[in-house]
Amino acid sequence: MTTAPTTTIKGGIGTSVLRPDGEPKVSGNFAYASDLTAPDMLWGATLRSPHAHARLVRLDTSAALAMDGVRAVLTQDDVAGKPNFGQEEQDQPVLCDGVARCWGEPVAVVAADDEETARRAVESIVAEWEPLEPLVDPEQALDEGSTFREMTLRRGDESATGAVVVEGFYETATQDQAPLGPEAGLAIPDGSGGLDLYATSQWIHVDHRQLIECLDMEPGQVRCHPVGIGGAFGSREDISLHIHVAMLSLATGRPVKMVYDRSESFVGHVKRHPSKMWHRHEADAEGNLVKVTARVILDGGAYAHTSRPVLANAAYFSVGPYRCDNVVIEGAVVRTNNPPAGAMRGFGAVQGCFAHESQMDRLAEALDMDPLELRRINAAAPGDAVATSGQIIEGSLPTVGVIDAVEAIPMPEAGISDDPRLLPGGTGLTTPSSAVVRGVGYAVALKNLAFSEAFDDFSEARVIMTPAGVEVHTAAIEVGQGLITVCQQIARTVLQTEQVAVVWDDTSEIGSAGSTSASRQTQMTGGAVHAAAVGLRDKLIADHAGDELRADGVYLHGDRVATIDEICASGPVEHHVRFRHPETFEPDENGQGDVHAGFVVSAHRAVVDVDPELGLVRVVQLDTAQDVGKALNPQAITGQLEGGGLQGMGLAVMEQLVIDGGVIKNPTFTDYLIPTFMDAPNVETRIIEEGDHWGPFGAKGIGESPTISSTPAIVAAIRNATGKDITRVPVLPEDIVGI
Amino acid sequence: MNVTITINGEERSLDVVGSESLLGVLRNDLNLPGTKDACEQGECGSCTVQMDDEAVCSCLVMAADADGATITTVEGMSSEGELHPVQEAMLAEGAVQCGFCTPGFVVAGSHMFEANPHPTEPEIREALSGNICRCTGYGAILRAMETLAEDET
Repeated sequence: MTTAPTTTIKGGIGTSVLRPDGEPKVSGNFAYASDLTAPDMLWGATLRSPHAHARLVRLDTSAALAMDGVRAVLTQDDVAGKPNFGQEEQDQPVLCDGVARCWGEPVAVVAADDEETARRAVESIVAEWEPLEPLVDPEQALDEGSTFREMTLRRGDESATGAVVVEGFYETATQDQAPLGPEAGLAIPDGSGGLDLYATSQWIHVDHRQLIECLDMEPGQVRCHPVGIGGAFGSREDISLHIHVAMLSLATGRPVKMVYDRSESFVGHVKRHPSKMWHRHEADAEGNLVKVTARVILDGGAYAHTSRPVLANAAYFSVGPYRCDNVVIEGAVVRTNNPPAGAMRGFGAVQGCFAHESQMDRLAEALDMDPLELRRINAAAPGDAVATSGQIIEGSLPTVGVIDAVEAIPMPEAGISDDPRLLPGGTGLTTPSSAVVRGVGYAVALKNLAFSEAFDDFSEARVIMTPAGVEVHTAAIEVGQGLITVCQQIARTVLQTEQVAVVWDDTSEIGSAGSTSASRQTQMTGGAVHAAAVGLRDKLIADHAGDELRADGVYLHGDRVATIDEICASGPVEHHVRFRHPETFEPDENGQGDVHAGFVVSAHRAVVDVDPELGLVRVVQLDTAQDVGKALNPQAITGQLEGGGLQGMGLAVMEQLVIDGGVIKNPTFTDYLIPTFMDAPNVETRIIEEGDHWGPFGAKGIGESPTISSTPAIVAAIRNATGKDITRVPVLPEDIVGI
Repeated sequence: MNVTITINGEERSLDVVGSESLLGVLRNDLNLPGTKDACEQGECGSCTVQMDDEAVCSCLVMAADADGATITTVEGMSSEGELHPVQEAMLAEGAVQCGFCTPGFVVAGSHMFEANPHPTEPEIREALSGNICRCTGYGAILRAMETLAEDET
């Protein structure tokens, strides 16, 4: 479906156009969900379980209800429809159903005249608990059969062996998406028994489905609206406060707003699955992979969320972009009483990549081979089979291209500066330059694009020609990544006009665009906009017997045969499409088959300075080369590569939720550390353009891959600097010092 | 208590309760939601405003303590419809993604240039290290500030 543009149009594809929401954002005039208000609005607040596992013995809301200014106190008894919600499996009570299965589980919600009263009302609710033993050890959960999904991928000859064998255990911690914008929602009753919801989301149609089921309402009674979102990174793919705020507005007949503060945000959304992995890689004497055997356990926490597809990704991407004919991968995602896990940028591939890239370095060392050379000789390319699924790779996959490109980026200057701001430990003045050792590490990642395993994945778009310009309608969620610009650029290029505006529709106005996740919106909603624009263009040309559409009308042999006003004489002309990617299939009993819609590769090179005595690390440089298919907006791509890489660095050296007995011990920005401007390394990026077999103009989604290859590259560099066999992220000072 | 605060050039008199932060007053009482609330602990810088000669986290300032102060928020950074150079530079360099940190960076960046018109790269990083951005990796923000740092005018 690639269509070459006939002429270059201002603001079309391939250019770094400014985002139309940029000016309101720099001016403070952009309305985020947490900024919304409505006349006569109430504030909502939530009572949460103080236990990871406990029976609710008594719940007395009478004192809260008796307070001045309190308008409603709701519990699970007030849920009109299905008591449970969930995107994949409806297993989570809207409000506590008598047993809390994780710390922070919502128990009751309150609506009051102001925020302070709502909070005090929550404190006045009496909840008596009988604590139960929480199941918090994922291996114990596996032994007890407490799983959301188990899967085994088998390919080739299980008895195959290689001359060179390396094994390793690896662990990754729980990472939080920590978007700056908190969870927020405003529900407004429509006066006819229905409501409008303006809440943070990555997928309003899947919110809508869960809302109407739990509220017991008809689809037309609830409208979910796109709103301004302060980042997401997976945290908004699942329901948080949506049903609660809707229930409160229906119960009171008034608009109700709810906003989580930072600590509640840490509790109120799913996290990246912590993992434990074991890998055995076997190669022949020349370094060709002969067999990979691996086991992976992910802790899904108390409720299912997207644990099933996350496990599939962790399993399918546990070998990486390498050929290997003999593979056995056993995976399980377990149900525990830990905080629920779900989507975070990279979606399972992050964990697998940390293990397989650590293994590739071990293997290179055992073979006495250059680590990049080992990767090159095993690199998968179009026409090869994916090692874990056997699926033949279609389209483009420049594995060697990204390795060569990242290696060719000039290295930073060799000397260590005496400026304390550029040393490990920074202005703490812990580390003289003479104490610093430098290390370099590489990693390469493979990631699937869009939804997999036979999911009916689609996006709808409507493109409308009006006398004032073109409107692109979609319900896709812009979380900051720049989809708004990409949609404009695609429509401009196809329709040859600069006058394009993106209109965000609610759930009653257009069908689903699918989730803003899985690196999918550039290809899926971009693909829908492309198809709708092509359909509109072809229709206009046919209707007016022309051979070309330009900004000012339809032309035939270079002469205009219809102006835009004439085209729209009977009103705006539109074309509406539901776009789907190439079909994917359920895996067979061995996990084999065409389960993925497409693939993307990326490579990172990290340069780190380490103070080995104190275990302090400064990431000096974090360069990357990225397969993009076609670069629709180079500036936006650079932003994704730099930002994604830094989130991977967060997991590599600082980010982890400390969870003890199911309780998060560090749910604040004081204790959960995120890379700051001082921590952030310099980044050189290289974009590899080899058009893919689907997606507008051959473009691929690139939102996740930079997060995936970044983490293992940094750990490889720390190993290179210190000689330590580091197997867990984040790497902490004690891991380097060896306490 | 009653306080008088000059906000974006306009003197405002209002009643505040003891527990209210300047951030809360700006967002909830004065209808200035451009200043963002992301951590309420002074860790992320999203709520940065200029208070007299200092850039402060407005979540850490009691509203009562702002009595008599001159406050500039992100809404007051542009003048007569013209964006502030920091706003222009952030826009041009693609330093805005989700934009939730942007108001804080605009105010902190402007304050940085007032104190030091030609900051070096480490000086920019240090001056803005109290502002967290979760989207950009800071690269585009650095490039935006560097275009201004090099500007001799």
